[in-house]
Amino acid sequence: MRYAETGYNLEIDLTRGNIERVETDPKLTELHLGGLGTNAKILWDRVPPDTDPFSPDNLLIFGTGLLGATPAAGANRTVVSTYSPQTLLMGYSMMGGFLAPELKYAGYDKVVFRGKSPELVYVWIHNDKVEIRDAAHLKGKGAVETAELIKKELKDPNVQVAAIGLAGENRVYTASIEQGRSSASRLGVGAVMGDKRIKAIAIRGTKDINLARPAEYVELCNEVLKYIKFRNENPVPNVMTILQGLGSPQEMLHTDEKWHTENFMWGNARTRRKDFWNSEVEKKWKDTQEMVRTRLISCYNCPMKCGAIISVPGISTYMMKCFSKLTYAMAAFVDDLDFGFRIAQRATEYGVDGFSTPQIMAFAFELREAGILTEADFEGCPSDNEGKFFWLLDRIARREGIGDVLANGTHWAAQKIGKGAEAYAHNNIKKHEQLPLKLGMLNPVYFLMYATGEKANITQIEGQFPQGPFMTMEERQGFIKDWIQVPDEKFKQYVLDWEPRGERSNPYYPTVDMSVDIVDWQEMMHYIDDAVGVCAGLSSFPLKPPYHIHNYPKLISAAAGIDMDEEKLKEVYRRNRSLIRAVNVRRGLRRADEKPPEDHWKKRFPELEEKLLDAYYTFKGWNKDGIPTKETLHKLNLDYIAEDLEQRGIIKNG
Amino acid sequence: MAKVKKKIKSIKIDLDKCNGCRACEVACSAFHAKPKYSSNNPARSRIRLVRDPLRDVYLPVYAGEYTKAECSGRDKYVMDGKEYNECDFCRASCPSRELFKEPDSGLPLKCDMCEDDPPLEKPLCVQWCLNDALVYEEREEEVEEEVKPEEVEIGLESMVDKYGLQKVMDTVARMSKRE
Repeated sequence: MRYAETGYNLEIDLTRGNIERVETDPKLTELHLGGLGTNAKILWDRVPPDTDPFSPDNLLIFGTGLLGATPAAGANRTVVSTYSPQTLLMGYSMMGGFLAPELKYAGYDKVVFRGKSPELVYVWIHNDKVEIRDAAHLKGKGAVETAELIKKELKDPNVQVAAIGLAGENRVYTASIEQGRSSASRLGVGAVMGDKRIKAIAIRGTKDINLARPAEYVELCNEVLKYIKFRNENPVPNVMTILQGLGSPQEMLHTDEKWHTENFMWGNARTRRKDFWNSEVEKKWKDTQEMVRTRLISCYNCPMKCGAIISVPGISTYMMKCFSKLTYAMAAFVDDLDFGFRIAQRATEYGVDGFSTPQIMAFAFELREAGILTEADFEGCPSDNEGKFFWLLDRIARREGIGDVLANGTHWAAQKIGKGAEAYAHNNIKKHEQLPLKLGMLNPVYFLMYATGEKANITQIEGQFPQGPFMTMEERQGFIKDWIQVPDEKFKQYVLDWEPRGERSNPYYPTVDMSVDIVDWQEMMHYIDDAVGVCAGLSSFPLKPPYHIHNYPKLISAAAGIDMDEEKLKEVYRRNRSLIRAVNVRRGLRRADEKPPEDHWKKRFPELEEKLLDAYYTFKGWNKDGIPTKETLHKLNLDYIAEDLEQRGIIKNG
Repeated sequence: MAKVKKKIKSIKIDLDKCNGCRACEVACSAFHAKPKYSSNNPARSRIRLVRDPLRDVYLPVYAGEYTKAECSGRDKYVMDGKEYNECDFCRASCPSRELFKEPDSGLPLKCDMCEDDPPLEKPLCVQWCLNDALVYEEREEEVEEEVKPEEVEIGLESMVDKYGLQKVMDTVARMSKRE
């Protein structure tokens, strides 16, 4: 019997309509755990590196984590992996919600789609019964609406549905896959789903998930719950509100948006409005949010409440999380939060990423102001900021007129438009739009995370370590006192010595070596989470989380019966890290691509930045170009990768 | 029959506090797995969440008595502008629905308040509900003494309801010969 995992993948060939249940190799679980790790392994093995993301040969993988659907709180993540149409690299986007556990209860660890369906379809997975069904009647329907229609059609309210909206059907590069309160939004995974003509996946599972050492595992789960309770009652002091607690930033709970509205940039990631927040705005925004927010809700088996049901009068109900309530409003320079909730409803039905899409629109209006796009491109566009954004959102989702060009994201749109438009696509890493954040002094830890993150998204790599130094020694001592999560005591010293200014401050402190250490820890926790399918909000993302490097090996071992300790788990992380790097290296990723936006910090230090990259690569066992060396790959049982890279001439002389 | 003091165990359910996570289902099915905690599966849980997010319906309901016949209740209740089915509040394992039946055998499931030795302080679903949507309550009542059927008897009774006494007896006889 397989423990924690089901031991089976569902292989669906959409071109031929073939469906197979395939037993997986338990050895791969030991090497990569599951989730992102085994997804990457499948992509490496089965998708040639020159495959176009919209080729039938590209795979679209819905993976669950090794601990998914076990009693561990927050073990509910779905990891969607494919080649991204936007970055052309490996695109992986993750979501919480209820889909992954349902898939495991149906008896599968992953669904692997290949080929391309001739017609729009949806896939219905009910335990051993799997059908590819006609979805002609769902064409053009909203993502939320689609899920409702399918549940009705299948006459089962407990079916979990992940669907794309019109944007996915039209292969918009920022198209998301929506699933209730959650979505896999980044890197265009919804566009690949649309390209394969899959409107939705509907799942119902009623089988067991087994544990290797049940009593021990449940005791560990109880400790995790106890710690969550403790942390909910004891927020971390001396850091900003949204960093005090667990979960993803509690944007649905909190109404105080002074920090975001005054520190994040408005428009096309350019304008800071330092005096935006006042008592009048505060009252109005609070009233708006409390009026539309029906209930705070969670993902599967998690006590946190990071999401909300949003009912804006006059439009259909939807669910929201994190800070997409702000992204459209701030990009559009609309000071009314009500607009944020209204446009997010339409964007959710279309199924688009709430980070990239508003920036694409702000970018377009900047190009019009600069005369690079013309009035003819905007024929019929209203003149008010709200109307403008609704109008352009419709054009992008439908790929009409200028919307067709913009639907490929700011990088590709700028290339196509030319006339200097490239300078306006200024907030990208690896062709992917970033948070609208512009800062003063370079932070060496953040430099490295922005530059090297394989997912090109800061929230998917940061966490654990404070974002800035504490002001007083007393605060620092208070912080490290009960910091049980550190993998090594040295991290406590880094916090004690880190000063807001002077010699031991950014950018030269933390030092190059310390920065590499800190980044490695943060990355490690994300890679483990993504392989076991636990939400970053209870682990890698917040300060002082309930899951950490000391209890994870025990949890993995008790759940799956795999022999595991801290050293072994660290090795799995290093293996998965270099594997994903190798997938991307084979797709062309090099050091030259590892650049945060030039204007991300005002004060830059080119020499230091090069040193940081050098040290990071050396630490990982990669060469100066960010390519894993033969020796490193050998140590990680990845000789087949070294061989392949050597044959392609990517690795030379080790 | 004699009057006896009986401890009434109940779970107070606060719909407004439910965040819809279904940890109660995970905890229940794990606790009742054999061996204990060896597996989990919400379909086997004795507490289920009736959940319809877009209509803000979040209603945990835990399994009560088995009933062989369905009732005529199909009414709708509207509370605070939200519509509930009468069945949503009903704890019976009943032929009209899938709820509270073992997915393999169709045998009825009933909440036993996590009876255990040593006894749990409160049922596991309550312990795992950090949002306090489920609150355990105990009170004493004076009731007529009753003879409680054993678990096997409850199971057999429902098999008899489903297949008839003769068929069950024949099957048991045949099985005992095979052993």
